[in-house]
Amino acid sequence: MIRDITVGQYYAADSAIHRLDPRVKILGTMAFVVMLFIINDIYSYAFSILALALLIAVSKVPSSFIFRGIKSILFIIFLTAILNAVTTKGTHILFQAGIIKVTLEGVFMAIKMVVRLIMLIIGSSLLTLTTTPIQLTDGIESLLKPFRKIGVPSAEIAMMMSIALRFVPTLLDETDKIMKAQQARGADFETGGLKQKAQSLVPVLVPLFVSAFRRADELATAMEARCYHGGNNRTRMNKMVLKSCDYKASAVIVLYIAITVAIMIIW
Amino acid sequence: MSIEISHLTHLYNPGTAMERKALDDVNITIDDGEFVAFIGHTGSGKSTLIQHLNALIKPTSGKILLDGEDINADKSKLKSIRQKVGLVFQYPEHQLFEMTVFKDVCYGPKNMGLSEEEVQNAAEKALSLVGLDQTFYDKSPFELSGGQKRRVAIAGILAMNPRVLVLDEPTAGVDPRGRDEILGAIDHMHKETGITVILVSHSMEDVAKFADRIVVMNNGHVALTGTPKEVFSHVSELEEMGLAAPQTSYVMKGLKDKGLNVPEDVYTVDEATDVLYKLLKQVTK
Repeated sequence: MIRDITVGQYYAADSAIHRLDPRVKILGTMAFVVMLFIINDIYSYAFSILALALLIAVSKVPSSFIFRGIKSILFIIFLTAILNAVTTKGTHILFQAGIIKVTLEGVFMAIKMVVRLIMLIIGSSLLTLTTTPIQLTDGIESLLKPFRKIGVPSAEIAMMMSIALRFVPTLLDETDKIMKAQQARGADFETGGLKQKAQSLVPVLVPLFVSAFRRADELATAMEARCYHGGNNRTRMNKMVLKSCDYKASAVIVLYIAITVAIMIIW
Repeated sequence: MSIEISHLTHLYNPGTAMERKALDDVNITIDDGEFVAFIGHTGSGKSTLIQHLNALIKPTSGKILLDGEDINADKSKLKSIRQKVGLVFQYPEHQLFEMTVFKDVCYGPKNMGLSEEEVQNAAEKALSLVGLDQTFYDKSPFELSGGQKRRVAIAGILAMNPRVLVLDEPTAGVDPRGRDEILGAIDHMHKETGITVILVSHSMEDVAKFADRIVVMNNGHVALTGTPKEVFSHVSELEEMGLAAPQTSYVMKGLKDKGLNVPEDVYTVDEATDVLYKLLKQVTK
């Protein structure tokens, strides 16, 4: 179950998407996310789904890998669907039970929100699946640079993010190990009600936090031992340079935005 | 309790690009009351193998029989299997979580559904087996030393009163005194209660000293099996697998090459002391 979380995990492959400059990918993802919240009608939805499908195909990341990330947020998707279906006001009532009223408009809204949420997850996990944490950090740092003038510690933020991302798989492995160790002592994570299930997690969470703090402490010491101090005047080994494929990709992103806006205006 | 592993094969990530064969047609029989050691270099499949023994992971193919019964046949018996086969993981102190040492040791027997009194008795017995007295009961497990933490964690498994005790490198990262205490407690218990012990270790000295039988794992296969004397006589094969014989046997070989009349198949320090003592007596005569 815990191994299904793909957000923050890199999938090594040699594709056009993998080779892109991280800054282009980050901005592209942001543009895609913003567009997801603007689009409204079925045609622009269809176009965005098509664009995302094409992107997945080009990225060479197996689709089983991409859809695994959704499994872990099925609960949130479910909740979103139900809340939208129940709370949206409308005139075409499908059925009514007491104060709960499900309308046709509500069902449409629910479908829309679910599709939006799934695309959001897939779109953002595609970024981390095709970009190594180091590239991602470098990209974020570079994009935040203009904000340093108003006191944003861009290098520190980037470092914190890359450390967080780097420890996702480590902590997943650790959780797996602790769960097994407690199962060997008769722990049962599968049966019982919600309360029992929550209680059965205490023997997993306490050791997990202890080990996370220990790792954080060790990492901080190791960084200090190597004289790490913030980002001021740090030079880098690999300078990021925009290549021709990056310009082409940027053009594709602009084209995507333009077509989506056009679809929304025309229909 | 006897364990029979027959044609056990385990694949990690089957059907993906990361598929890896961790165990390949492993056949081992362990008799009731035996003290068996598993040795092998990192990644040879030892840890995967022992996690099969209490059904924490399921075989891709093959069977594990506990007293003749397939442990994966009936899911409702999982708890009783995990009680019978106690598994102490590597660095078991990382699983401690309770407020006090005593409560932590109670966790296992409590999960087994014993009564309050039985749980307390089991915990007291287990803690005394690993040499921790009442002064430790109310301490937080997090304020103990590394060796003490490890012993609390082992007591947590012992409190479930297992019939088979499996330990994955119980002495890794512990100082020499802690190592002697832990292994001493295990050996003592093995002799007292007749419990079956399976020890995974990298220390050839420990293995030579305590085990009745050694199973050597290499690339997911059983490479060698036999008494310590039998296994350690295959020095060159062991070295090829990235392992070695105990230091003592190298000392003996060195002495023999220098022209002294000593046997080569001496694998523990105690044996070596005897041999050298006799030799010294002869020489001084």
